[in-house]
Amino acid sequence: MTDVNVAPARDDSEDTVWVEEVSFIDRVPRSVSMIFVFVVFIALWQLTHALALVSPIILPSPGETFGDMLFVGHNLLTGGYMLPALWITILEVIYGFALAIAIGFSLGVLVGETAFGERAIMPYLVAIDTMPKVAFAPLFVAWLGFGIESKVALAAFIATFPIVVGTAAGLHAADENARMLFKTMGASRMQTLIKMKLPAGLPQIFTGLKIGAVGVMAGAITGEFLGGGKGFGELIRVAASQLNTPRVFSLILYLSLVGLTLYALVTFAQRKIVFWHKERVGVSEH
Amino acid sequence: MDLSAAPADMPSQHGAPVYELTHVSKTYARNQVVALEDVSLTLRHGSFSSVIGSSGCGKSTLLKIMAGLIPPSTGRVVLQDRPVRGPRRDIGMMFQQATLFPWRTTVENIVLPIEIRDGRAAAEKAKARAHDLLEVVGLSGFENVYPNELSGGMAQRASICRMLITEPAVLLLDEPFSALDELSRDMMNMELQRICNEKDATAFLVTHSIPEAVILSDDIYVMKPRPGRLAEIVTVDLPRPRTLEMMTTPKFGEIVAYIRGLLDREAEL
Repeated sequence: MTDVNVAPARDDSEDTVWVEEVSFIDRVPRSVSMIFVFVVFIALWQLTHALALVSPIILPSPGETFGDMLFVGHNLLTGGYMLPALWITILEVIYGFALAIAIGFSLGVLVGETAFGERAIMPYLVAIDTMPKVAFAPLFVAWLGFGIESKVALAAFIATFPIVVGTAAGLHAADENARMLFKTMGASRMQTLIKMKLPAGLPQIFTGLKIGAVGVMAGAITGEFLGGGKGFGELIRVAASQLNTPRVFSLILYLSLVGLTLYALVTFAQRKIVFWHKERVGVSEH
Repeated sequence: MDLSAAPADMPSQHGAPVYELTHVSKTYARNQVVALEDVSLTLRHGSFSSVIGSSGCGKSTLLKIMAGLIPPSTGRVVLQDRPVRGPRRDIGMMFQQATLFPWRTTVENIVLPIEIRDGRAAAEKAKARAHDLLEVVGLSGFENVYPNELSGGMAQRASICRMLITEPAVLLLDEPFSALDELSRDMMNMELQRICNEKDATAFLVTHSIPEAVILSDDIYVMKPRPGRLAEIVTVDLPRPRTLEMMTTPKFGEIVAYIRGLLDREAEL
């Protein structure tokens, strides 16, 4: 018998309770941390403005910007002249994204599934992808005119590649065992693609879609900057040319809401469709 | 010693031959490597056989040929009197990983082989049978649970059901429980024995573990590498049903030591 077994427990009176240290940031709710950063940011901005470190023409005060946001918001809500402009940009984003998904997904399957696509087509896609795609904007304008088409084309052009890469990578995500299993079941190529490779690749495909969703916004606005038209980008361009920086800031902020919404929609779809991918935290008791 | 090698054409007593390989060789055209040389074996109905050997002894090549995944270079591969020329529904296979698909519920995973071969309607009908199989492996009530919520052992139980759903004539087991911890592994091996017995299954197991091979098998095919070939067939005459307690008996130890000796001798070459 060892000492541990025979020795009486010393000091039974007290529980072995001690305080576990929790770092400060873990004790603060996320929203509070975010508000904190926001407040500090605005304060620094206000300070920069108050000390006149930067010319007020270049950097408006937070107050001015906020005032302009109210103005733009009022204009949009009451159906002012900015609303059609915003709508045009939203349409460009929607059409551009839809086009990018259609082309990107098809090319991704071609490249990810067929040896021909991987060997003969992928190198060209990589080559095009490394080009500065914005530089194609004048070409799109020349081909498609100053209307919404040239912006849709540029937006789709930018957003297509991440979707191609995501889809192609996703199709390679299934492990060797899964492939072997499908072989032993005598599955056709189509069955293997539909029932195994595509679902297994959905997480990567959605990663591609998210990067594409960010790119499509940049494409639409760049298209408007370089190709005119009547979209929101044009409003920004005009405001900037008039050195109306508060307006530029507030327009950008509203535009970012559009981008955020698109991103949120994709994330929502991902959560619903790829429900298994996220680690389940609370496994129910059986 | 009665545990020593029996001649290749006289394995332990069981039913009629189910799976027969005759003078099977495999040379990979890519690098002219002889992966398998002149392997002949017979799996009898209701028997449990294992193949054991160091890596590179050609056991995975052998298994792929038996699963109809790759053709042999020479020799005959005959299952239930029909030559194997590709994957077949009377071949059931199980891998080291459970390989359940996380977007399908347990029961949907189990009827997947039916869905692939006979379509959705047939798979829907097979769900009743999947339910019975889940009961056999002790997973009743987990039909509509997603695999993320199953433990490693439970997932392998489900993959046993998936293997059995097509009622295969032979079960090919590629180190099925080697990803599990040792306690679960012993337990699953006993489960496997029980299920094979219940289904009167003919099983062929690839393993790295000598004790696992001995506790489960009637015949153990010991393979040598370079080129991969059969060295000896060891017949295990421990009584059935086997229990984990048997692993502590002198007889068990003797057989394990004998096979280890065979493998060590080959390692020195």
